[in-house]
Amino acid sequence: MDDLLREFLTETGESLDTVDVELVHFEQDPNNAKILDNIFRLVHTIKGTCGFLGLPRLEALAHAAETLMSKFRDGMPVTGEAVTLILSTIDRIKQILEELEKHQEEPAGVDVDLIGELERLVVTAAAVAAPAAAVPAPVPPTAGSLAFQVLERPLRPGEVSLDDLERAFRETAVAPAAPAAKPAKPAKPDENDQAAPGEDDKPEAKIANQTLRVNVETLEQLMTMVSELVLTRNQLLEIARRHENSEFKVPLQRLSGVTAELQEGVMKTRMQPIGNAWQKLPRIVRDLSGELGKTIELDMRGADTELDRQVLDLIKDPLTHMVRNSADHGLETPVERRALGKPEKGTIRLSAYHEGGHIIIEISDDGRGLNTTKIKAKAVASGIVTEAAVEKMTEAQIHKYIFAPGFSTATNVTSVSGRGVGMDVVRTNIDLIGGTIEVKSTPAQGSCFTIKIPLTLAIVSALIVEAAGDRFAIPQLAVVELVRAQSGSEHKIERIKDAPVLRLRDKLLPLIHLQSLLKIGDGGGEPENGFIVVTQVGRETFGIVVDGVFHTEEIVVKPMSTRLRHINMFSGNTILGDGSVIMIIDPNGIAKSVGGAAAQHAVAGESDAHRRSATEEMTSLLIFRAGAGQPKAVPLSLVTRLEELDTKKVEISNGRPLIQYRGQLMPLIRVNDEVKLRTEGTQPLLVFSDGGRSMGLVVDQIVDIVEDRLNIEVPSETPGVLGSAVIKGQATEIIDVGHYLPQAFEDWLIRTEKKMKAKARTILFVEDSAFFRNMLTPVLRSAGYAVTTVAGAKDALDVLNGGGQVDMIVTDLEMPGMSGFELAQAVRGDQRTANMPIIALSALTSPDSIERGRQVGFHDYIAKFDRPGLLAALKEQAAMMSEAA
Amino acid sequence: MSESDMTLTNDNHGGNLIEYVTVMIGTQLFGLPISRVQDVFMLDRLARVPLASAEIAGVLNLRGRIVTAIDMHCRLRLGKRATDKPAMAVGIEFHSESYGLLIDSVGEVLKLAESGREAVPVNLDPHLARVSSGVYRLEKQLLVVLDVDRIFDAGNDAVAA
Repeated sequence: MDDLLREFLTETGESLDTVDVELVHFEQDPNNAKILDNIFRLVHTIKGTCGFLGLPRLEALAHAAETLMSKFRDGMPVTGEAVTLILSTIDRIKQILEELEKHQEEPAGVDVDLIGELERLVVTAAAVAAPAAAVPAPVPPTAGSLAFQVLERPLRPGEVSLDDLERAFRETAVAPAAPAAKPAKPAKPDENDQAAPGEDDKPEAKIANQTLRVNVETLEQLMTMVSELVLTRNQLLEIARRHENSEFKVPLQRLSGVTAELQEGVMKTRMQPIGNAWQKLPRIVRDLSGELGKTIELDMRGADTELDRQVLDLIKDPLTHMVRNSADHGLETPVERRALGKPEKGTIRLSAYHEGGHIIIEISDDGRGLNTTKIKAKAVASGIVTEAAVEKMTEAQIHKYIFAPGFSTATNVTSVSGRGVGMDVVRTNIDLIGGTIEVKSTPAQGSCFTIKIPLTLAIVSALIVEAAGDRFAIPQLAVVELVRAQSGSEHKIERIKDAPVLRLRDKLLPLIHLQSLLKIGDGGGEPENGFIVVTQVGRETFGIVVDGVFHTEEIVVKPMSTRLRHINMFSGNTILGDGSVIMIIDPNGIAKSVGGAAAQHAVAGESDAHRRSATEEMTSLLIFRAGAGQPKAVPLSLVTRLEELDTKKVEISNGRPLIQYRGQLMPLIRVNDEVKLRTEGTQPLLVFSDGGRSMGLVVDQIVDIVEDRLNIEVPSETPGVLGSAVIKGQATEIIDVGHYLPQAFEDWLIRTEKKMKAKARTILFVEDSAFFRNMLTPVLRSAGYAVTTVAGAKDALDVLNGGGQVDMIVTDLEMPGMSGFELAQAVRGDQRTANMPIIALSALTSPDSIERGRQVGFHDYIAKFDRPGLLAALKEQAAMMSEAA
Repeated sequence: MSESDMTLTNDNHGGNLIEYVTVMIGTQLFGLPISRVQDVFMLDRLARVPLASAEIAGVLNLRGRIVTAIDMHCRLRLGKRATDKPAMAVGIEFHSESYGLLIDSVGEVLKLAESGREAVPVNLDPHLARVSSGVYRLEKQLLVVLDVDRIFDAGNDAVAA
C-alpha cells in the first residue's frame, strides 16, 4: 500500500501540475478540444486512482470537477468562473495530497462548498444544453467508485456521502460515459472480450505476490552499467583478437556469454508486453462503433510481444490515433459495405511480432483504403509538391504524403479523428525512437500501416564503415545489403551528369559518397570503386558509398554533445571496442539531405523542405568550383556576368593580374590560393560590377545554376566564405562577395563612404534570415551607416520604443510572427516615428506588392539582392532627410 | 589605487583568494578558476567530427566518457594551433557534459586575491574580452582570467560583432 500510495502521489502531483497549466491555456483557447481532452484525461485518471486507493475526499472532488469538464466537452461555453472553480478544486486536491503525504491518510474535512459550486454549474449547464440532456445515459449506475469506497473503509463522520453526490449528478446531468465504463463491460457480450483482457482493472492484484516494484531510475542505472560492461567486454574481445593463443581466450568467452545474458536479463526488466499499450483500444473502438454507426471488430494479435518501456510509452498515443483513424476514415458504413459485397462488420487488425532485432507492429483495416485522388489534391493544394511532380508519382509515393506535417484529408473534422493530431505527429514519435512507418493501401480492400521499431534504444547493432580514414557506425536497422562496386565488374558506379548511381538488379540506386556528404577527404577517391551500403529509410532506398566496411558491432548509443547536436547526419556517438570514439550515422538525416538529389520523393526530405519554405524563398545560385573541396556558390543576382576570357589577355601590372575588359582594366582576384590563374586556353571568371568598376573573380570551373533554398547551416571561419549550405543535396560553401571587392579596389568601399558625406545615419535592419543579415550588414556598414540588426518586427519595435537612435529602417517583408507590412503600419501609426524612412526588402518585387508597400507607407521597395539599389535608395532617403533638417 | 599596487601573490592581503590553474594558449597566459577544472590530460586519439564548427577540435574517449574537445586557439581567435607537439586539454564539466579545452601547456596553480583582479582593458579583442572576466598584473606577464561559462555561449559572436 505504501508503495502504491507513493507512486500515486508522484504521479498525481505531476498530473496536477500539468492540469494547472493546461487549464489556463484552455481558458484562453476554449475551442481547443485537444487541451480539454488532455485535462479531462488527467483528472479522470486521478479520479480513478483515488477510487482504487480508497481516498473518497479526493475522488469526490475529482469527480465533480470531471463532470463539469465533461460539460465543456459537450459544448457548454467555458466561463472564467467555471475555470476558476476547477482551479480552486485542484488547489484543494493539492492540499489534501500534501496532508496525505505527511500522514499517509486523507485529512478529515468537508468539501461540500466546492462540490456544491461545481454541481451548481453543472446544473446550469444542463439547463442550457437541454436538448442534449434529453437522452438519458443508458448505462447502469456508476457503482465502481462507490463500491471501492465501501470496500476500503467506512465513511468518516462529517463526510458527505458520495452516494448522494453521485445521485445528484445523475439526476441533473447527462452522465458522462467515462466513469461508467468498467462495470458496464461484462454487460455487453462482445467477441472482443478475450482480446480485451477483463482483468485490466487490477493487474497488480493478480501478479502482486510474484513481483517486486523497482524504481525505474534503478533500472535505468542498471541498464547504463550493463551498457558499460558490454563496452568493456568488446574492448577485451578486441584485445584478445590481436593476441592469438592467449590464455585469456576461454575465460573471456565465458565473460562474453555471461555479459550477453546479463544484458538480455536487464533489458527484460525494462520490457513490457505491448498489450499494455493496447489496453484502452477495445474501449475506444466500442465507443467509436456507437458514435460512427459502424460495426467494428478489433482483432489484436501478439499482445504479449514485449518491448522496451521507453519505446512503449512513445508508441502508445500513435497507436491509439491510428486505430481511431482506421475506424473513422478507413472503414465504410455498414450500408456502403453491404453495397460493396463486404461483410457489414469492419475489421481493424493490430498485430505485433518480433523480426530480427526489431518489433513490427501492423495496423490494418479492411476498409476503403487511402483515397489517392484526395491525397494528391491536398498535397498539391497545400504546396508540398507540384502538380507536375505528383503526376509522375506512384500511388505508394503519393500515400506517403499523409505523413507530411499538417496533412489531414478528413473533409469534415469529426470528434473521432482529425483533432489536430495528424499522422505527422505519429511519424514524429516513431522517428524519435528510430523507427520507421510505412503504409500500403489497396483501394476498396483496406490499408495497412507497418511500424518497425528497434527492440531497445540503448544498444544497437551497427555496421562499422570507413570514409577518408575515419570510421563511422551505420545502424544495422537501416542497412539492407552491402554491394562492392568495381569498375570491371557487374556492379560499377555510373554517373548521370554528376549524380552517381548503381544498377542494382531491376533498379537504379542513387548513391551518395559519405566523404562528400560529411565534407571529409578529397571527395570521392576512385570514382568507380567502393563499398556501397544499401540503406533503406521508409521506402526510400539509397546507397552510401564508403571506402571500407569492417564488421558489425553492438554499440552503446551515447548522445552527442549539445555543441554537436545540430549536425543531423549523426544520431549519436559511441566508444568502440578499441577505445576510439566514432560517430553514429543517422540514416534519416542522410535521407533528408539526399532528398533533392537522390530520393526525390522521400517524404522526409519533402516535408522538411516544405516546413522551411514557409520562411525562406528560393534563390538562384551560381555553383562553381575553386580549388579542392566542396563546390562553392554565390547568389546569381550578385553576379554581373559570367565570362570565359582568353588567358593571353591577362596582364600583370604592379604584381597584380589585370585583364582588359570592355575598355577598362579589370583586376582579377582568385577565390582562394588553391585556384591557379590559367596560362593557356580560356579562364572562367565571375564578373562583379559596382558603380562603373568591375572585378573578375577567378574560379576553376563554372558548374551550374540552380534554384534552391539558401539556408546557411554551418557558419564559416574562413574569410571570404559566409558558411556552408546544402544546395541540391550537396554541401556547398557560400562565397562572401563583400570580402573580395575591397581586394580589387582598396578604395571600393571607402569611395562609397566618401560620397555619403552626410553624417553617419543609423539604420535599423530587420531581417529574420541570418543569411541576409550576415550578407547585408557588412554592406551597409561599409557604406558608412551605423547598423542595428534585429531578427524580427517585434524586436524592431522594441528598439524603436526603447528610444534607440534610429534614422532609417530597412526591413524584410516575409517574416514569421509580424510581417514587414505590419511593422510599417506600426511605425507609421506612432507619432514619433511617423516620418521615418522605411525601405522594404523582398524577393517579391511584383507591381502588386510594390503598390501594397507604397500604401502602407514604405518609402522604397528593393529586391533582396539588389545591393546597389539598396544603397542608392538609402542615399536618396538620407539626402532627403538632410534637406528637411 | 593602492590596493592594486601591491604584489598580487601576497597571501597576507585581505579579500578572497581564488586559485587559478594557469595555462598557455599561444603566447598568452590564461587562468581558469580551479573549482571549474576537473582534470588536465594529454590528448590521445582525437576523433574529428565532420560538419562541426571549426572550434570543435573533435571528440575523444577519456576513461569511458566521451569528451568534446574545443580548440581554444580557434575559440579565442589566437591563430592556428601548432600541431607538431602533443596537445593538452583542461577537462571542464558544463551542464553535465564533459569538455576538454585544448591548450598548449599548463603551468602552476596561483592563488590570487579577488581584489587584485582588474577589468578587462577596453581595447581587448572582443572575442577575447567576451570570455574573460578580468586581468591580473603578474610580475612578469599578464594573466587573463577565463570565464568558463562564457566559453560555451554558443556563437553569439556574429550578432554582437
